[in-house]
Amino acid sequence: MNWITNYVRPRINSIFSRREVPENLWTKCDDCGTMLFHRELSDNQNVCTSCGHHMSITPRARFKALFDGGIFSEVAVPEPMADPLQFRDQKKYPERMKAAQKSTGERDAMLVATGEIGRTPIVAAAQDFSFMGGSMGMYVGNAIIAAAEEAVKLKRPLVLFSAAGGARMQEGILSLMQMPRSTVAIQMLKEAGLPYIVVLTHPTTGGVTASYAMLGDVQIAEPGALICFAGPRVIEQTIREKLPEGFQRAEYLLDHGMLDRVTPRTKLREELITIIRMLTGQTPAVWGDLPAPEAAAATPTSAT
Amino acid sequence: MTNYLDFERPLAEIEGKAEELRAMARQNAEMDIEAEAAALDKKAADLLVSLYKDLTPWRKCQVARHPDRPHCKDYIEALFTEYTPLAGDRNFADDHAVMGGLARFNDTPVMVIGHEKGNDTKSRIERNFGMARPEGYRKAIRLMDMAHRFGLPVITLVDTPGAYPGKGAEERGQSEAIARSTEKCLQVGVPLVSVIIGEGGSGGAVAFATANRVAMLEHSVYSVISPEGCASILWKDAEKMREAAEALRLTAQDLRKLGVADRVIPEPVGGAHRDKQKTIKAVGETIAAMLAELSDLKGKKLIEDRRKKYIEMGRKGLAA
Repeated sequence: MNWITNYVRPRINSIFSRREVPENLWTKCDDCGTMLFHRELSDNQNVCTSCGHHMSITPRARFKALFDGGIFSEVAVPEPMADPLQFRDQKKYPERMKAAQKSTGERDAMLVATGEIGRTPIVAAAQDFSFMGGSMGMYVGNAIIAAAEEAVKLKRPLVLFSAAGGARMQEGILSLMQMPRSTVAIQMLKEAGLPYIVVLTHPTTGGVTASYAMLGDVQIAEPGALICFAGPRVIEQTIREKLPEGFQRAEYLLDHGMLDRVTPRTKLREELITIIRMLTGQTPAVWGDLPAPEAAAATPTSAT
Repeated sequence: MTNYLDFERPLAEIEGKAEELRAMARQNAEMDIEAEAAALDKKAADLLVSLYKDLTPWRKCQVARHPDRPHCKDYIEALFTEYTPLAGDRNFADDHAVMGGLARFNDTPVMVIGHEKGNDTKSRIERNFGMARPEGYRKAIRLMDMAHRFGLPVITLVDTPGAYPGKGAEERGQSEAIARSTEKCLQVGVPLVSVIIGEGGSGGAVAFATANRVAMLEHSVYSVISPEGCASILWKDAEKMREAAEALRLTAQDLRKLGVADRVIPEPVGGAHRDKQKTIKAVGETIAAMLAELSDLKGKKLIEDRRKKYIEMGRKGLAA
């Protein structure tokens, strides 16, 4: 080989590869297909600026937009026993866990934090659908207990954002046992006279819906969220008929009396502040006086 | 007529042969087949023992679902007196998949609640194969509330493939009804004991089985999802239910190790359906024993006992 191929080309390649090119500058809206610039989308909390479709959002991004100034502190969650059943399907459970931890950068499917929203102190917990479908296992159970204990200790309301396909099969019966386990946590909260507000996000199904996600004092859902016990496919297979349009969506549940409100993500913070301040006997929020959340504080993106 | 399971085919052949011989002998008085028939009987009995000695998890699922297995109704009729069914959720309907009412257990008034699958086509349809709708759980909540108010112990008998996945059930809040029923189980200040008599299907079972003491029959199962459902999701092939049943650890023996079940009730050789009376008697004795264990606890203490049990659950895995 000669000088050009051995020396010059690798040098050129390395110069170019050093330049970081962000991969996902543009996101296509799942619903209307509009191409959305990443800054514009994240400033709008992953809600499509064109059609209002709610895309999934990580717990961290949600908390950043929710808490005053984007500031929150994480609540430690006790680590459960890893792979209690030594479960393996086509892949071993620890391998699936490692892959999920690597791709999300999170420990498991729930993040718990304390902080203030509109100068109202709260504890918040958010489920991460990108982590193995948000599935509820021992860790999520521990997270809910930690959140409830923290709320009781600090005498603060708990706001929980649910998103899950259901219980985590790889933990078998122990995942099912998180239904009574999380229910005990919620009872501790209620006995302490503290508000428990659930925000159901897309999708919330199975054992999660059938436990802590349906036991809120106030039940709010994001628009279009699928909320159910049995999924639409299972039902269609059982009853062998087509289900009506919008079946099991947030608006459908609201119509059937299963929810208090359906509120867009961008209006949620304000609404939570209003409700919590009333439930905890505080004076009305004075909006002009509030520090703006980080999402709004960021320099407005120019139309590109 | 015995209903044989697929893995019992060799047994069916032997028992069939013995039956054939005896039928021939009945028609022809001169034939002496007794020795031969007795040998076949012995062979069948031995085979039954060896088949049931070490059932795989999937075979246990099949036994747990056996159509001739004693069901909730059989237990209520045999173990309780003055059973007075109470119906309806006071909102929408009475769900026949859930039986419940006042009764006496060893002369003590109690509230008994359970899933009933039915035992022939007509009753199975009426009972919706033991798959409860929200009304069933709301009826149970109402009955547990009543038991709490009047200080009656609650006994639940669990036998359900799962909560019913239907359009109406979803519209009327299946998940909310299950969540509230589990919550109610944790709130009653009376002893709550539960026996998994067949299938403990996911959330539909938890709603009744969140108890101070949980016993499982030897060949009953209790799982987060059916092996078929798990196989179709994780293996993308519902036919892999054997592997899924293995992985899910849904047998009474494994659940005892995990602390989910407090007791395992032995079944007669060949499963509960081969000797219903013996099974029912053993279940009755276990219920009495579990209630006796709780007799020193009252009101708040019972609630604490239940909470502690579930908060601490899962500290030990199977590996240890």
